[in-house]
Amino acid sequence: MSDLLALMAGLASLSVIAVGGGSAVIADMHRLIVDEHGWMDDAQFARAYALAQAAPGPNVLVVGVFGWHVAGPVGLLSATLAMCGPAAIMALGFAMFRARVAGAAWLRVAERGLVPVALGLVMASALLLGQAALATWGAMPLVGVAVTAATAGFVAMTKRSPLWMLGAGAILGAILLG
Amino acid sequence: MNPSAGALFWAYLQVGLSGFGGANAWARRMLVEKRGWLTDAQYAERLGLGQALPGPNAMNTAIIVGHGFAGVAGAAAAVLGLFGGPLVILAGLAGLYDAYGAHPMVRGALAGVASAAAGMMLGTGIKMARKSYPTALMWGIGALVLALALWRVPLPWIVLGLAPFGVFAAWLERR
Repeated sequence: MSDLLALMAGLASLSVIAVGGGSAVIADMHRLIVDEHGWMDDAQFARAYALAQAAPGPNVLVVGVFGWHVAGPVGLLSATLAMCGPAAIMALGFAMFRARVAGAAWLRVAERGLVPVALGLVMASALLLGQAALATWGAMPLVGVAVTAATAGFVAMTKRSPLWMLGAGAILGAILLG
Repeated sequence: MNPSAGALFWAYLQVGLSGFGGANAWARRMLVEKRGWLTDAQYAERLGLGQALPGPNAMNTAIIVGHGFAGVAGAAAAVLGLFGGPLVILAGLAGLYDAYGAHPMVRGALAGVASAAAGMMLGTGIKMARKSYPTALMWGIGALVLALALWRVPLPWIVLGLAPFGVFAAWLERR
């Protein structure tokens, strides 16, 4: 129980400093879970991260896997709530403020100005994720590169569901590495 | 036409359930391509706000989009939809993964999904960049953000350090 409270307190404090998203504080999560409390070892932490990447939903749900490990289903919910609650309240406060000043010229400029930051971060996390995935292909990293490039082209040039490419990638990986 | 809280819930439930490899690419696909509630430029602006605010950016973006269309109820509906489905699935997977996670075929399939998910994000970024019509200066700032993030500069520094330049570029564009 005290473990779960410590995990929640740690995640709640990371929640409000995670500018750029949950991945901004993944190193801090590692320190909290592996170094400070020893709830998981390095390999367990990496596996939890891979599982959350592979499962559907926002990547921040990795904290649910940490919570599950510490306290089962209750831990899954509590950890997710601790990581998301404080940030959600701040985002809602901002959204209400934004509605009140709707249409203000300075707001339109500020929002447009964040677009290049948003796009740069999307591209960077895509490339970092793709690079991290290469290690899991073992002796065939070029296959990983090809899957990433083919999916990027498919998504950029068609309106078809990316699930086709995710499924094809899964089957290819299962055959080549299985 | 503004979607209701109920419509937002269903849309975000699908985003969450199909959101392999992160929800942002799927949220764009749903809001811009399938429902037509936002343009690419509008989605990119809301995503930018979601990233500048602390916390999970898919959730922050959902709150801003939901609140913009249907107030507090819309924000709550979007977040519940986004997290509801995946939490159930994750609870099931966490148990299965302990049992089968070490199997080579499972590992291979996960490798394939991870590589494809990276490509999906890349393709989405390319599409959004093309359709939000950045100026030359904005391209430069975006490229700098990309380079610094690849160089592993901490994200809060990048966001807080380069957002003012982005806003300056937007101000120049408006004049």
